Amino acid sequence: MRDLRDFQILRSRRKLLHEMAGGVGALALGDLFARSGYAAGAKRSDPLAPKASHFPGKAKSVIFLFMEGGPSQMDLLDPKPELKKYHGQAAPASITSQLQLAFTKPNAAILASAREFKKYGQSGLEFSDWLPYTAQNADDMCVVRSMYSEAFNHHPAQLMLFTGTQQFGRPTMGAWTIYGLGSESESLPGFVVLSSGVGTSGGATNFSSGFLPSTYQGTQLRSSGDPILYLSNPQGVSGRGQKAVFDAVKDLNQAKLDETGDEEIAARMASYELAYRMQTAGPELTDLSKESPETMEMYGINDEKTKQFGTNCLLARRLVERGVRYIMLMDASWDSHTNLNTKLKENCAKTDRGAGALIKDLKQRGLLDSTLVVWGGEFGRTPVSEIRNTAEADNAGRDHHPMAYSMWLAGGGIKGGQVVGKTDDLGFFITEDKVHVHDLQATMMHCLGFDHTRLTYRFMGRDFRLTDIHGNVVKKMLA
Amino acid sequence: MRVIALLVFASSVFTAAVQAADYVTDVQPVLRRRCSGCHGAAMQNNGFRVDHAASMLKGGYSGKAIEPGKADESLLVKRVTSDKKEFQMPPAGPRLTAAEVEAVKAWIAAGAKVPESLLSQPLPRRQSDHWAFQPLKKPVPPQVAGARSAIDAFVLARLSKEGVAGSPEASKATLLRRVSLDLTGLPPTVDEIREFLADTRPDAYERLVDRLLESPHYGERWARHWLDLAHYADSDGYEKDLTRPHAWRYRDWVIQALNADMPFDRFTVEQLAGDLLPDRSTSTEIATGFLRQVLTNREAGVDREETRFEQLVNRTNTVSTAWLGLTTGCAQCHDHKYDPISQKDYYALLSFFDRSDEQMIDAPVPGQLGPYLAALPEYKAKRAELLKKYEVAPLLAEWEGHMRTAMEKPGSQAEYDFQLTSMKAMVDGAQKILRKTLEQRTERERETIEDYFIRSVGLAPGMDKEKMGRLREARKELAELEKALPRPSQAMVMLWDESAPKTRIRVKGQWNKPGVPVDADVPGVLPSIGSTQATRLELAKWMVRADNPLTPRVIANRIWQEYFGRGLVRTSEDFGKTGDRPTHPELLDWLAAEFRDSGWSMKKLHRTIVTSATYKQSSNARPELRERDPENTLLARQQRLRLAAETIRDTALRVSGLLNSSVGGPSVKPPQPAGVEQLTYANNNKWVASTGPDRYRRGLYIHFQRTAPYPMLMNFDSPDSTVACSRRTRSNTSLQALNLMNDEVFHEAAAALAWRAENEAAAGDRLAYAAKLAWGREATEREKARLAKLMDEMAGEKPLVAVCRALLNTDEFIVRP
Repeated sequence: MRDLRDFQILRSRRKLLHEMAGGVGALALGDLFARSGYAAGAKRSDPLAPKASHFPGKAKSVIFLFMEGGPSQMDLLDPKPELKKYHGQAAPASITSQLQLAFTKPNAAILASAREFKKYGQSGLEFSDWLPYTAQNADDMCVVRSMYSEAFNHHPAQLMLFTGTQQFGRPTMGAWTIYGLGSESESLPGFVVLSSGVGTSGGATNFSSGFLPSTYQGTQLRSSGDPILYLSNPQGVSGRGQKAVFDAVKDLNQAKLDETGDEEIAARMASYELAYRMQTAGPELTDLSKESPETMEMYGINDEKTKQFGTNCLLARRLVERGVRYIMLMDASWDSHTNLNTKLKENCAKTDRGAGALIKDLKQRGLLDSTLVVWGGEFGRTPVSEIRNTAEADNAGRDHHPMAYSMWLAGGGIKGGQVVGKTDDLGFFITEDKVHVHDLQATMMHCLGFDHTRLTYRFMGRDFRLTDIHGNVVKKMLA
Repeated sequence: MRVIALLVFASSVFTAAVQAADYVTDVQPVLRRRCSGCHGAAMQNNGFRVDHAASMLKGGYSGKAIEPGKADESLLVKRVTSDKKEFQMPPAGPRLTAAEVEAVKAWIAAGAKVPESLLSQPLPRRQSDHWAFQPLKKPVPPQVAGARSAIDAFVLARLSKEGVAGSPEASKATLLRRVSLDLTGLPPTVDEIREFLADTRPDAYERLVDRLLESPHYGERWARHWLDLAHYADSDGYEKDLTRPHAWRYRDWVIQALNADMPFDRFTVEQLAGDLLPDRSTSTEIATGFLRQVLTNREAGVDREETRFEQLVNRTNTVSTAWLGLTTGCAQCHDHKYDPISQKDYYALLSFFDRSDEQMIDAPVPGQLGPYLAALPEYKAKRAELLKKYEVAPLLAEWEGHMRTAMEKPGSQAEYDFQLTSMKAMVDGAQKILRKTLEQRTERERETIEDYFIRSVGLAPGMDKEKMGRLREARKELAELEKALPRPSQAMVMLWDESAPKTRIRVKGQWNKPGVPVDADVPGVLPSIGSTQATRLELAKWMVRADNPLTPRVIANRIWQEYFGRGLVRTSEDFGKTGDRPTHPELLDWLAAEFRDSGWSMKKLHRTIVTSATYKQSSNARPELRERDPENTLLARQQRLRLAAETIRDTALRVSGLLNSSVGGPSVKPPQPAGVEQLTYANNNKWVASTGPDRYRRGLYIHFQRTAPYPMLMNFDSPDSTVACSRRTRSNTSLQALNLMNDEVFHEAAAALAWRAENEAAAGDRLAYAAKLAWGREATEREKARLAKLMDEMAGEKPLVAVCRALLNTDEFIVRP
């Protein structure tokens, strides 16, 4: 009797899910149908059930290390020794007239990088002396020196990077990913966000589900208080008490389901079951006591300076291990308009160790091949200097520069040990293999097994996708 | 020398050879063959068409394509001969042959002559046979046995055609809860339940509906729906996301307008053009706050023109969605692919909002003006004294001088360049004011600059220590002085600006690529507005003019959607070709025409719908229709609908007795978990939880910070307030479960509910009483037994609170039955 009922519910739930998913069509539906264990019950009949991609993708998970504000490429990943020659001289008007500048004026002077670059690994990839830990993974990394975007201000550029347009209201990359692939985890959200530093320009819009159902929005894993909002029992409620209430809710809902036949009640019962499991899985996730001392050391968790970001990196690895699909680490702020040499150094000192450890650790655990790691900001910085206080000796910084900047990727189907793209000798413009943020998005989707032009959602009468109407997979980046 | 001569010779010979190029025989066939696919009758990419000679000579959005006599300077020639891939035409397929190019060039060189008969051909008027654009006529309801109202007649006629019976009427208790939640967003109280169940008069239900429509909570419930469209928020959005402390004045205006049943035509005119009305008042100006819900980017380096353009686009799209149900936004960058809206139409519509300025006005609420005026003389005197004491004027003059230099000669003083950019982002109209002399400035402008200067002290680099110290002191004292002045409330409004330059089409939708100028106008496929000088006032009136086929359909459909979980047109935001067609076209037209023709009364429309038998049906599933009509498009039953985020909160507070049901006023900040706001830019926005009764106000009043919204609202699908939201999604997630189970707010509600049960019911009745409070009905024996079991299990751990927690977490509690 029970089985027949389940069967009926599930058959119509498929329609319901179809409706909820706005007609993702063959992708979500066909897959729900084919998924093994589906008949086992309503447990995983949620819109986050694992789904098949268009073709088998190398990456099963994504970790996006978002360095909010725009890291300076010529001080970290794209050495420009030529800048030294012209240091202090005004950049030619033929160049500056092509730039959009916020604070810097057209007569701004060239600012040489004070960094030393060294070659690492067999591939000989060059890294700045402020990224010694990241650099250890050179042979697994693909440094893209030819990133570009149209958006010049932080929030619009962040929207561009994560949603493919500067307009509000679109789903972000993480939302698209779990909309397409679902989540492997039965006790944690599929899209998790961790943050360090001072908060971002984009705030929640960087992990919003936009017009997709809010099922697909990013869930924040918080560094203080409950790791997930409302995860722990209300004050004074014991574990036993909580369980008893969950059980009672389940039975009362069952009674209502019997009376009304409304399938949405079955879905709500499933949500409550997942919530209950999350209450256990959440604390287990954030409990690092079983990690080895070597691991803690490697991520820099014992050092106050590197602890916050390092912990987030370690949590990212633990999330991947637990089947979480898309993890976003936001670190703010890399917006070094002034005092570049102190501010950027600080940014690197806090994050380099964790980022380096993450790749290394994923690799030694055999997870790097199936985890796509991406590092970068919404744009880069100018080769010319920005000065706000002439009286201060080390006041120089760099303005926003979306026309040519660097990011790096590793794992998950990316070919390591290589540089993609070139910029001119001073780093103003791209000279080879331009990679627009849409191309990056298309490539990331490719690694996950999606043709970015076919992962769509119908809204306002149009089929929308992450890459808007643009984007090409960058074959050079692929393994 | 010889070479040049030869070239000249060659080219003149060549020109002579093809001089005979005739439009009809040599050029028209080329254009027809090679261009008209994208620039012809069916499609006019970039506003350019070659099928109509006069239009062709006029050019497209980028301006003229043909310069008679100057072939090489003509855009058309440049495009067809260019090597640049992104510039050349045609964009795909073979290039024009040399002969084709020469024919065109020769014709242009000879003056681009077109026969008079072709030039005088009228431009075919755009027409559409799409249902939504057809005139709205009121259909006669079909004769159906047993139909109690026009709505029922249409629904039953369809059902009988399908051979399906409707559902029986829901129980009285269910109806009471349903209609109370639908009309006021609050569940009925125990007293209301008792009274209604005891009322056996035949019109008991209609009386109930009338009472609910008269409740001040009706305005709150339906204001929220309208605020979704306006995308109301209490902060700017974008990086800085500054608080908008006076935003609530617009929200209050909506609540009051709805409670007074302001006719929808007036409701429209005040919001779109309250500043232009002959009988304008502070209240009608506050109504234009509808247009002020756009985001403002105050990131220091932002280009103000770009921000302003984005705001115009947002306004245009919001108005199109809210009134017309059209996705005009597509035409920002190109002609709409599916609907007959050209890019020119888009900028013509945008132009209504272009000739306007954002302003703050003083808008004292009753009782504020007296104390303010009483305190003002002393404030002014003290302020002047303070400025004198710290000798601010010369400092200010010096600083202003630097700022003006920065305006005129950027790059000459690095420090002030930065200051100027920051100031432009933070102070609206900063440059305009700075250019005026002190005498030319209004008092508000003068104070704005003074305040900005004094408050941003420390931003002035290079200023000597003594001067800095003086300013710091002045700032402190000024802040103290401010605290003592009871400033009246202000309001964010739009004011018409006659002096604004003519709107230009933006090529490919880019703010910094102006194309040809356009007059303010409405989309050509809709009835004409009848003037080339129309203002926002004419636009507003046109929206609600009797021959506008869209507005009444769109509004009636959206109200219907709130009662049945889906509109008669499911895509309530899109009445265009790619939107859904109505499931009951005649019913939709009847509702729309009824709404329009009976004085645009929203309350009447609500009453018509909720008193229909269709609305009152049971919402229980119909197993026999599961396969056939899974989405209930036939309306053979009602639908259980998960409550909106705000309503879930309100319901929990109401049944537990915690709700502070006062109406209107500034936004509040109920407790939220620490750290939620840390996500915002530089942790700028501190969340200081409201204390006292403000903690328990309705969800509608919760302060909406765009970059870090109140988590409970977001968990339950509140829109993010960046673009118009015509229908909310109803998701079902485990985060919602955690929210209801563990959030302090809901736990407090459960505890209060338990307290009520203990105080208001006898010992043996407490479980049943708590259930009745929560669900608005008697619990069944099965339910009572289950709750009793929980009581037993929880012995020693506040068992009644546990029971109440369970009740507040049931699906039934958060669903409109």
